[in-house]
Amino acid sequence: MKEKKTSPDQPATTETTQTPKKKKLYDIEFYHDWCKACGICIAFCPRHIIIADKNGKPGIEDPDKCIGCRFCEMHCPDFAITVCDRQPRRRKDDI
Amino acid sequence: MTIPAQAIRHKYLRHNKKFPHVWCPGCGNGIVMAALLRAIYRMELSKDEIVLASGIGCSSRMPTYTDFNTLHTTHGRALTFATGLKLAKPSLNVVTIMGDGDATAIGGNHFIHAARRNLNLTAIIVNNSIYGMTGGQYSPTTPFGSKSTTSLYGHIEHDFSIAELAVTAGASFVARATVYHAALMDKLIEQAMRKRGFAVVEVISNCHVQYGRRNKLGGAVEMLKTYRDNAVTVKKAEKLSAEELAGKITIGVLTDREMPISTEEYKKVRQRANEAEGEL
Repeated sequence: MKEKKTSPDQPATTETTQTPKKKKLYDIEFYHDWCKACGICIAFCPRHIIIADKNGKPGIEDPDKCIGCRFCEMHCPDFAITVCDRQPRRRKDDI
Repeated sequence: MTIPAQAIRHKYLRHNKKFPHVWCPGCGNGIVMAALLRAIYRMELSKDEIVLASGIGCSSRMPTYTDFNTLHTTHGRALTFATGLKLAKPSLNVVTIMGDGDATAIGGNHFIHAARRNLNLTAIIVNNSIYGMTGGQYSPTTPFGSKSTTSLYGHIEHDFSIAELAVTAGASFVARATVYHAALMDKLIEQAMRKRGFAVVEVISNCHVQYGRRNKLGGAVEMLKTYRDNAVTVKKAEKLSAEELAGKITIGVLTDREMPISTEEYKKVRQRANEAEGEL
């Protein structure tokens, strides 16, 4: 069952990763339960892509613009940010 | 080498402790803790080989959250407990975490004599220029003229530099970083832990709640920005005059020298004593 689900998505993802012009993509995850909304990640992001929500906690609108410098991950005092290389999507319901 | 943040979080943090931790939003202690964990991850030490000792203070809450052999001791006495540990079991990698008040006020004597003795210890001193936990009283590193709860109209005493004190007291490795320079900080902590001899890493940290608020320095973001703008590397600082260096923070390795370690010297003394006894 699993193989059937992945097969339609598989060729599309391999094409995007193999093309040489395509830049490396990253995913940022914010763990809002540990976040205290200090605003360090929002203020120091070199691409200014981290944006505060109504509680002052960070969110990201366009993760494709992330350059993977990991400044936010290293300077988060609350261990609430994870930056990781984008993994190819395996299933249709993958976020 | 990029270090996966999840690995550090899952491997080294005590998840039965209440997270998020007690520190204020944006406090530099969390950044120092992350840097320390990254340094330990790089060194590939097992958790049983490391002892984290601390005194009392905001930064000394750090061992509570980390899953090593930890020791939360009395105020200013982190280094004395660490000395005992090191003498009893020299194979352990002992790291002490102290605040500026902890290390240089109440534990000032212990600090200079630990540096003089040159035991194989690592001391990380988080310098936030104030006693944060007890309500913002001035500490030995509070700058002249700045305000705190015990110096409402400006501080009348002069501060001193912890790193330079450690150099003079005879520590074999002394380095300084700020919380803005987190990548540099974990490299310095790693170097300090690898160093054989007393190694001190002074980390300039922000206390925007007790210190920054009273002195109108802004919040965590503004204080980190001032560290970014005022930091000078050791190489650059050599070219600058004393006047240009006023108000700047010199970061990097200040001293790195080879000196005999007291635990090893003690072994030699015991050997010599045994031989002398045998001759009699």
